[in-house]
Amino acid sequence: MENSLDQCIKCAECTVYCPVLKATDSYPGPKKAGPDGERLRLKDRVFFEDNLKMCLNCKRCEVVCPSGVKIADIIQRARHRHGRPIPGIRDMMLASTDLTGSLAVPFSGIINPVLKNGAVRAVLDCTLGIDRHCTLPEYAQETFESIFKKRFSRQQQSYPRKVNYFHGCYVNYNYPQLGSDFVKLMNALGFGVSLIRDERCCGVPLMSNGMFKQATRNAESNVNVLSGTEGPVIATSSTCLFTMRDEYPAVLGVDNSSIRERLTLAVKFIYESVSSGKVRLAFREGWKARAAYHVPCHMERLGWGIFTLELLGMIPGLELMELDSNCCGMAGTYGFKKENYGLSQQIGSALFSQISGRNPDFVICECETCKWQIEMSTGYKVLNPVSLLAEALDLKKTAKLNQPALP
Amino acid sequence: MYDVEQYDVIVIGGGITGLGTARDCALRGLKVLLVERDDIASGASGRNHGLLHSGARYAVNDPESARECIRENKILKKIAPHCIEKTGGLFITLPEDEDEGYGLEYQKIFIDACKTSGIDAEAIDPVDALRMEPSVNPALMGAVKVPDGAVDPFKLCSANMYDALLHGTTILPYTEVTSVIREGCSVTGIETRNTHTGERASYRASVTVNAAGIWGHGIARMAGVKIEMCPTKGSLLIFAHRLNNVVINRCRKSSDGDILVPGDTVSVIGTTSTGISYDECDELKVTAEEVCTLMREGARLCPSITHTRVLRAYAGVRPLIKSAEDATGRNISRGIVCLDHSERDGLEGFITITGGKLMTYRLMAEIATDAVCRKLGVPATCKTHRAMLSDPLVPRHSESATDELICECERVTFDDVKWAVNHLGVQNLEDLRRRTRLGMGTCQGTKCIARAAEALARAKGNPEETRELIRRFVEERWKGMTSVGWGDSLREMEYMQKIWKGRYAETAEK
Repeated sequence: MENSLDQCIKCAECTVYCPVLKATDSYPGPKKAGPDGERLRLKDRVFFEDNLKMCLNCKRCEVVCPSGVKIADIIQRARHRHGRPIPGIRDMMLASTDLTGSLAVPFSGIINPVLKNGAVRAVLDCTLGIDRHCTLPEYAQETFESIFKKRFSRQQQSYPRKVNYFHGCYVNYNYPQLGSDFVKLMNALGFGVSLIRDERCCGVPLMSNGMFKQATRNAESNVNVLSGTEGPVIATSSTCLFTMRDEYPAVLGVDNSSIRERLTLAVKFIYESVSSGKVRLAFREGWKARAAYHVPCHMERLGWGIFTLELLGMIPGLELMELDSNCCGMAGTYGFKKENYGLSQQIGSALFSQISGRNPDFVICECETCKWQIEMSTGYKVLNPVSLLAEALDLKKTAKLNQPALP
Repeated sequence: MYDVEQYDVIVIGGGITGLGTARDCALRGLKVLLVERDDIASGASGRNHGLLHSGARYAVNDPESARECIRENKILKKIAPHCIEKTGGLFITLPEDEDEGYGLEYQKIFIDACKTSGIDAEAIDPVDALRMEPSVNPALMGAVKVPDGAVDPFKLCSANMYDALLHGTTILPYTEVTSVIREGCSVTGIETRNTHTGERASYRASVTVNAAGIWGHGIARMAGVKIEMCPTKGSLLIFAHRLNNVVINRCRKSSDGDILVPGDTVSVIGTTSTGISYDECDELKVTAEEVCTLMREGARLCPSITHTRVLRAYAGVRPLIKSAEDATGRNISRGIVCLDHSERDGLEGFITITGGKLMTYRLMAEIATDAVCRKLGVPATCKTHRAMLSDPLVPRHSESATDELICECERVTFDDVKWAVNHLGVQNLEDLRRRTRLGMGTCQGTKCIARAAEALARAKGNPEETRELIRRFVEERWKGMTSVGWGDSLREMEYMQKIWKGRYAETAEK
């Protein structure tokens, strides 16, 4: 294990940028919870404090640390090592996206209206501790995997270039539209899409709910399955991608070196393909929109927000505003929980008021949990850049531009 | 005008031996005065390994010391559990030891010697050793499990001081002995000077005990007697975090850098052994050569030290009594020496207690106090082997949510500072550090020391000389860091320099 603990010179820069600490003083902050606390925990585990779960794992501390200390990793690993092993029913439900998703989709016609009902929300609030002000994501009528099989899978063989798509739970169970947009877009760019056989949840909701054992099992399974694939593995969700790329080794201790280089995000892949001249884009004429771009925390950590900005900057009819770098406060399922709801809203308040002030047609963001939070808290619609691109492009013309030259 | 007060016994030296002796005397009903020219535990008592020996290290070559150690080991675990971590210890055999005749055959001799001295020593499989202590060198061929442990020397000194105070002892820190009063052939008291105020005083006692460690040589000279000591410097390195939870030793003849001890939030590698002159005892420097030796040898015990930050280097002086011609001091017995100067030099009322080690301080105190009682004709017997050492509640990472945090690295709160000032005789920041670990953490006080100075002034109720306190503290920390100024320590030093040099230069200009 690398030893970033000793690199901390106690400058406390991380403390200044921690969004949780800005909103509450009941959290010790990244320096005290991370490197300071770790020295004490190495002495005796009694120094593990339960309030470490207040860390959003937004990684902003790591972005600003001038000494390269993996502060959030230290905190997550401590939770992994010392944390309470058995979460309650609510946390298990929120964490087990694969299980709840596959159970809920067949009954989405009933479940969605029920979850919107005020009385039901009040019951969930009292019994499970899911805050009544929250709008839980709706379930889809059909999973993306099943839609893909019916509508897309056959034609994918005709493309000479191939990519693998890690759709993630949200696309599969809640928002298959994004998956369909991605497939259409990639097809227009001349790539055939294959899904990953036996894809499992990346594990991020399991980790944030303290279920590290299950998360590790998922990670091992995903790495194993993905190492059997060839070519790029693309995700549309920045959170799934970040987890598989960086958290597997750093927090779960799962070696992903066999696949790490091939893991990428749709925006980065497309931007690189366009800028290297491998693919060409044709935009719809007369299309116009005003959008605000919110950089999710994990995109900040990756340093990849620039790819989205550059790629969307190519769209002629788009007026793009970059929002200040702020955490939305959702952090996966954190903001749904009754005990966190107020804090989560407070953390996100700067972002929410900036969005309302700019009044865009919609907000752009790669992360689904930011999307839930922003839609629920501001009423503005949030689009993944992939969907925006699919809408702004003239897909037919683009497909023609990218057709392989006939022999 | 001299303030002359009469005591049964005066103890010179506020190290562990002096404090232990003062406590033992007090428990036997004597009226005791202890004087210390600096703070308690400011000499070798605060500059050692913090190793609770099982005695195994001495079993082969010095069975007497080994027996003393295991006996005291068991006693301290009973009477001072709050100062001790029962970590257990390992004596490992490495492949390279074989070539020097310290292979697995020697391990058998070692175990037999341990058993003869009454030390539980059990050979364990290397795989089990690695399970017991994952940071141990995985190349090990064999390991012996022994009841070593860690003892917090600062806590132990504080506890002895606290207990002595509870039993009516007067303790005067920052009080230097300027002369030993002799009347004819007997010592009748001391003259002192307060090193802060310059105030002079004199004190009278029937017996004076010289427990000043290596500086006991000078005290003896003041009394007109001569003791030949062999000042031997031992250097150690502190790592920035705890690397091991079990003491790791080499199963071979004692050598440099062959013990890694976990203590509180850190691990300490040591020691070296170099003869020095008396003049050097007050200004100890850890040389680059010693640092290299400790890093090289330490890596054989625990390979991960090579990429672990070294917080600082420090050295202490062993108060060994000269015997054989041995320049290194390695082969001099670490045994206890108690000199009754009436028998030796015809000087009444004066006893020197020296030699020994932190581990055997209680026994040393017992021997010295027995001698005192013989002289005074007091029949009281020793109780320290069963009387629990009072817990002075030395604060360690005691933060609760509402507390005002002063030192973040070691989690020392304002309440801790206040407690230390009110109950543990803290006068300045260095004293505070020795009682609470404030400023001993990763940043070495860089971030907290201004806060600490303010807290100390507030707790004491007088905001005097804060600037000077800070300057002295930072300079002391800096000194220990210079010998290990590479990598992250160097970055920390640059940061420290930026903050403190800048701040002092700024106010100097104004």
